[in-house]
Amino acid sequence: MPKEEVPDLKVIAHMQGIRKRFPGVLANDQVDFELREGEVHALLGENGAGKSTLMNILAGLYHPDSGTINIRGKQVSFNSPQDAIKVGIGMIHQHFMLVPSQTVTENVLLGLNDPPFIINLKDYDDKIRQLGERLGLIVDPRAKIWQLTVGEQQRVEILKMLYRGTNVLIMDEPTAVLAPSEIEDLFLTLRKMTAEGKSIVFISHKLNEITEISDRVTVLRRGKVTASGINTRETTREKLAELMVGREVLFRIDKKPVKPGDVVLSVENVQAENDKNLQSLRGLSLQVRAGEIVGLAGVAGNGQSELAEVITGLRKCTAGKICIHGQDTTNQSTLTSIRQGVSHIPEDRTHVGSAPNLSITDNVIMKNYNQQPIGMGWLINSLAANRFATKLKDEYEITAPLINTPVRLLSGGNLQRVILAREISSKPKLMVAVQPTRGLDVGAIEGVQRLLMQQREAGAAVLLISEELEELLSLSDRIYIIYEGQIMGEVTDGDIRKIGLMMTGTPLDKIGKEITEEDGK
Amino acid sequence: MDMSIVLQAGVATGTALLFATLGELLAERSGIMNLGVEGMMLLGAMAAYWVSAHYGVPWMGVIIGMLAAGLISQIHAFITINLRADQVVSGLSLNFLAAGVSVVLGEGLNSIKGVAILPSFTIPLLSQIPWIGKIFFTNQGILVYIGYLVFPLVWYFINRTRQGLHLRAVGEFPAAADSLGINVYRMRYLYVFIGGLFAGLAGAAISLSISPGWFSEKTTSGEGWIAVGLVIFAQWNPIRAAFGAYIFGALRRLVLDIQGPMMILGLANPFYYNPYFGFFLQMLPYAFTIIVLVLGSREAIKKRIGTPAALGIPYIRGERGM
Repeated sequence: MPKEEVPDLKVIAHMQGIRKRFPGVLANDQVDFELREGEVHALLGENGAGKSTLMNILAGLYHPDSGTINIRGKQVSFNSPQDAIKVGIGMIHQHFMLVPSQTVTENVLLGLNDPPFIINLKDYDDKIRQLGERLGLIVDPRAKIWQLTVGEQQRVEILKMLYRGTNVLIMDEPTAVLAPSEIEDLFLTLRKMTAEGKSIVFISHKLNEITEISDRVTVLRRGKVTASGINTRETTREKLAELMVGREVLFRIDKKPVKPGDVVLSVENVQAENDKNLQSLRGLSLQVRAGEIVGLAGVAGNGQSELAEVITGLRKCTAGKICIHGQDTTNQSTLTSIRQGVSHIPEDRTHVGSAPNLSITDNVIMKNYNQQPIGMGWLINSLAANRFATKLKDEYEITAPLINTPVRLLSGGNLQRVILAREISSKPKLMVAVQPTRGLDVGAIEGVQRLLMQQREAGAAVLLISEELEELLSLSDRIYIIYEGQIMGEVTDGDIRKIGLMMTGTPLDKIGKEITEEDGK
Repeated sequence: MDMSIVLQAGVATGTALLFATLGELLAERSGIMNLGVEGMMLLGAMAAYWVSAHYGVPWMGVIIGMLAAGLISQIHAFITINLRADQVVSGLSLNFLAAGVSVVLGEGLNSIKGVAILPSFTIPLLSQIPWIGKIFFTNQGILVYIGYLVFPLVWYFINRTRQGLHLRAVGEFPAAADSLGINVYRMRYLYVFIGGLFAGLAGAAISLSISPGWFSEKTTSGEGWIAVGLVIFAQWNPIRAAFGAYIFGALRRLVLDIQGPMMILGLANPFYYNPYFGFFLQMLPYAFTIIVLVLGSREAIKKRIGTPAALGIPYIRGERGM
């Protein structure tokens, strides 16, 4: 890197000896972090390693228990994100802070004191459009946020920060919600920004992206720095993974050959509406056989959640047919689908997947409370229920003080184990798993993925809906790609280029040509 | 029966509804539903009439009436914003509290004679416009004319000013507003207060202008509840709110006046001869309010007609999503 040869690189932000304790965890322990002008500095670590905490401190959202922050050599103390924005530090969180019913311009202007009273939006539309065009952030300033794709919404967040004169931009897992082509656009924008002398902190746990975009990397593990500002060029993916996890990581899951059996789930030309009564599934068809894991890839919001709900009986379809083991279950109740052997790992663990205030016992018996030995007529045999819960707690390694602990007190990984224990113990014939590993740490992810593989070996049909391509590629036998409520095609060879094209709306039959043309050039 | 006179009176009745609806609309736009409108209106009507009866200055009555309702609304603000209690329950309690206080303090007010009320007048040129001039600009109370100015201003404020932008953000996605330095709690207190001021103004308009006097809880006779329904009917838009308020006002007048004449269009008037028809008519505005409220509370419909997304949800910093 030419930058490395300059002797005194300008340090923009310097955090020293940062400590931050939350009830029960030491999130940051004596962390040092140094950000230079015009660099992309990646902050790498597992979930819960303290990356977001550290950056929330730099962005003024949290106050450190001890440690100092220097901005351009001057010590600062932030009491709110506004203080940080004043010295040019802005953070874009994983959950976008955008008002859906307002336009792009309105969102950018929100909270500013200029204009003082009357807003003539047209003047600002042009200003914002120009700012965006300079950096490749193409978005219509007059569009309402809810009309935009996630990628466009992210651009609005970046614009919001740039409009406030930010020159240090912190991005928390910015690629998690993007399609491959959108990630490329984002990277182009980031490079343009660093060329203008702005600095970027890129929080991620995706190694391939970090090696592609960053100049330097700082790695955190359990709140401590394991590598401080090392040059990305001088390291490898494997080395970074080891620094992050603390042991060597296997990137492959061992997959036993299983011969797929009969068709368990068949979805034919299903149409359905989403919560806003807009058409969400537009004639979608797919099949899942016994003993195979079928992945469903796609950018969030293309109908994945609606599909899972339609199959499990939580949502009505307006047209089409759903069969489980040849039996028509279209628009039947959830009870029917449970009796047909369907189990559901919902996306929303805390509200759909579990009853947060009820105990582990109450949560695990939700499917078999009316069967012997737990159900006795209209009574519940609490001894049998407790025995059942204790057995599952041991079997699925649920870490909790007692079986009558309310599940809202459990960590994400343990809560997911409670849900998996309930769903797997009902010996499902079809399992619909939506984002089963989202937000879990590496250890918990491995556990969940192993359980899914066991279901496959036990002869269940598994439909795995995920936004993590790597997870889909390593677990699935086949992958369908969904786009705007339709299946764009099916991939059996894990060709990531094809998947990427289909995720952005090119049907499979058109891809063949495109790719051969490209290769021909 | 002269239709234009019915409509003229309807516009006056609608003005009280308009103020109450605009106030509730502003509070709901910030995310706080206040079901205490009826009680706050009563308090405003009582306080305004009391001040005018004792000091002889109706304008002072209007201001005191507004302040009284505004102040009592802050109880609701504290309970729902800081204590995060259910807005429906708190609003209902506020309604009973304010109504009770008004009835007790207003005891004996109706026996005071010759209380000064607000002026009514005819606007010179505008009243010459056929039909419209007679209905809208002839012999109306001053607050009616103020009403014509207020609702477009409220629309402009919400949609075209910085403060309006912040108000909408707080009601739709308070976390986004908070992240950009807007004080969500302070905004909500402010708009609940403004909602109270408007409800007080609506009450004062009734007791000092539209149907002057103090008739205990019959002074407002449920108009506060209609206002709550009108906010939903108006889909949180001040212009629609004005239409709704005037239409409802006219309906209420029509219900009263249609029972007067013996003959309508040369036929015997059934409402004159059969009092039960009259009762049925009197019920209609309330029945309509119930229907609107029931429809409005249904989640699916809620999403389609643009309810402020954070309406009814307490804001806690750091909670995901909201």
